[in-house]
Amino acid sequence: MSTLTKIKHRGKRHRLDRPELLAPAGNLEKLKFAVHYGADAVYIGGQHYGLRSNADNFSLEEMKEGVRFAEKYGAKVFVATNIYAHNEDLAGIEDYLKGLEEAGIAAIIAADPIIVDTAMRVAPKLEVHLSTQQSILNWQAVQFWKEEGLPRVVLARETSLEEIAEIKSNVDIEIEAFIHGAMCSSYSGRCVLSNHFTDRDSNRGGCSQSCRWKYDLFVDQDMVNAEDEHKFTMGSKDLCMIEHLPELIEVGVDSFKIEGRMKSVHYVATVVNAYRQAIDAYFDNPEGYELKQEWIDEINKSANRPLNTGFFFQTPGAGEHIYEPEEKAAPFDFAGVVLEYDHASGMALVQQRNHFKPGQEVEFFGPGGTFFKQIVGEITDEARTVLDAARHPMQTIRMKVDYPLKPMDMMRKKVR
Amino acid sequence: MTVKPELLATAASMAELVRLADAGADAFVLGESRFGMRLAGEFNLEQLAEAVQYASPRSIKIYAAVNNLIDNETVTLLPEYIKGLAHAGVNAVIFGDPAVLMAVREHAPQLQLHWNTEMTSTNYATANYWGRKGAGRFVLARELNLDEVLDIKRHTSLEVQVQVHGMTNIYHSKRSLVNSYMDYRCNDGGAAGSSLVTDKDSGLYLIEVERQEERYPIYEDRNGTHIMSSDDVCMLESLHELMEAGVDSFKIEGLLKSTTYNEIVVRAYRKVIDAYFANPESYQFDEQILEEIRAVQDSTRELSFGFFYKEQVY
Repeated sequence: MSTLTKIKHRGKRHRLDRPELLAPAGNLEKLKFAVHYGADAVYIGGQHYGLRSNADNFSLEEMKEGVRFAEKYGAKVFVATNIYAHNEDLAGIEDYLKGLEEAGIAAIIAADPIIVDTAMRVAPKLEVHLSTQQSILNWQAVQFWKEEGLPRVVLARETSLEEIAEIKSNVDIEIEAFIHGAMCSSYSGRCVLSNHFTDRDSNRGGCSQSCRWKYDLFVDQDMVNAEDEHKFTMGSKDLCMIEHLPELIEVGVDSFKIEGRMKSVHYVATVVNAYRQAIDAYFDNPEGYELKQEWIDEINKSANRPLNTGFFFQTPGAGEHIYEPEEKAAPFDFAGVVLEYDHASGMALVQQRNHFKPGQEVEFFGPGGTFFKQIVGEITDEARTVLDAARHPMQTIRMKVDYPLKPMDMMRKKVR
Repeated sequence: MTVKPELLATAASMAELVRLADAGADAFVLGESRFGMRLAGEFNLEQLAEAVQYASPRSIKIYAAVNNLIDNETVTLLPEYIKGLAHAGVNAVIFGDPAVLMAVREHAPQLQLHWNTEMTSTNYATANYWGRKGAGRFVLARELNLDEVLDIKRHTSLEVQVQVHGMTNIYHSKRSLVNSYMDYRCNDGGAAGSSLVTDKDSGLYLIEVERQEERYPIYEDRNGTHIMSSDDVCMLESLHELMEAGVDSFKIEGLLKSTTYNEIVVRAYRKVIDAYFANPESYQFDEQILEEIRAVQDSTRELSFGFFYKEQVY
């Protein structure tokens, strides 16, 4: 990605180039949906050196297939190699990074300087992006990494818009910022709660999310909170910047990153879809850009937790943490993926991803904001046997729909 | 034959520094929270100079903690501060942000540099990386086991510093989490605007619902919220394993402890180091020295081996 081109226009900074929309992809299917729904790049985890040891991470073969798929859309694939390595992790790094380069991976996202350094030495075609795990807050540190040869730094989630602007004005480098998803409430990399509570190493992917557990607060021998009160926790609301994209664009953020390699394919597609439309709408007409309620509505249908704007405008306070029991924020479940649509008959083949049945209201949506509601009519299996419900995971279901669909459009249903 | 390791302490005040120096500390970590993280007390430049004047004739070293996560605003203050540290005569600068490295290179290249990012200093190759950038010492993460510590020492020419005693930080947030919680309770109608002191002297701690025996100190300062371990590392009886390996510096963390406690701990480690080096071949640990620490140990806080003998998964 080339350096930004900017022009000064009536005192307000305008950007000619679109920031990259960077989406998580926990597996090959999620990669395909993220790209199809408009991500310019996706980041994935390999078998080693990533911070999501529970995700079903990519083999080299799957990476190659992912890269081939992404290339058809002009999209790139990055690999997160963002652990802080221990001695025992050092031996295989060179071969692993060479393998990534050979698989056509565009960049790695690294935190440990030894992974940064090794990549530049043995895999020169791999770009190295500095991970948010380094918790970089200042332009001087960004300058250091630029001089080390890195084209991009992912800032700490604690940087404000104003601080990002200062960094951009001091250093000519790509800046990537998280704009959506779950957040560590600690400085990234500066938390070993899991190590202490569960003997799991958080900085090598073993995070047990202890910041979301409940704690009683004491001063000397006295409990501060009452027994029946909501307890203390460090758990943060999730980040959502859909309402503030112009600010992020105008401050010069080069890559908008969505968190969530562990999230569902429905989540990834829905969130990417909304941000894609917003970014494109802004660049189609910066002066006349207006936030659309439907983007917010869509995001809310995928949300796992209440949302907030993180540190972009101010340090989060009481309203930005989750003290009360977490209710599932999103009232919708992913129900199916469109495989085929026949214009003549108006019939669709839908791959079942959750229980649905005739008489139920569902929503169909696709890239670019195509959307309609539908009452499910008669459904059959592929052999045209009429079904009273779509019960079997991944079963192909035939159903009539009111409007045209495309393969990879999605179907969701209201949670009962 | 290895060299005697340095016994490194913290000090909350000049008075504590003098007492711990008398108890046998060879070096001190001092600084101010504007630039340094989780310090036992505040030493401005003038007080640092005073500490150096006291320490230097006694061959005691003073290391300045400049190991905060640095923001843009602090970057602008670094040149003057670094020059001030050099002028005060500190023996080294402790840092974890490359911005500090760059400022030292430019404004006081004669200063020694100690790399310390606490929980993310986890392997020897990264130690050597920072060595190539100018660091002379690598301060190890407390989450490493003994084998890893020894392996790092074998594979680096940098000085290796290990915390051998006291509490460790386990969580650092920029957020003011205790105040946020108190505000939430107030808004929720629960507590009537109770004002709670949240600084490091406040005596606040957390108990996780499933772990009633463990008390995790929590406090806030200008750098955010800090949660500390429920146990105090104590490597006294295994110290010879680290001495045999030639570990260069043993740190005693005195944060949130009384001067009396720290004095007894420093004296105990001094005795063990001296006893070992008097005759390494026939050295035997004297359990009685550990008893001196046990006698003043807070009964709610376990004296533990930290992660030295633990296996972690991920």
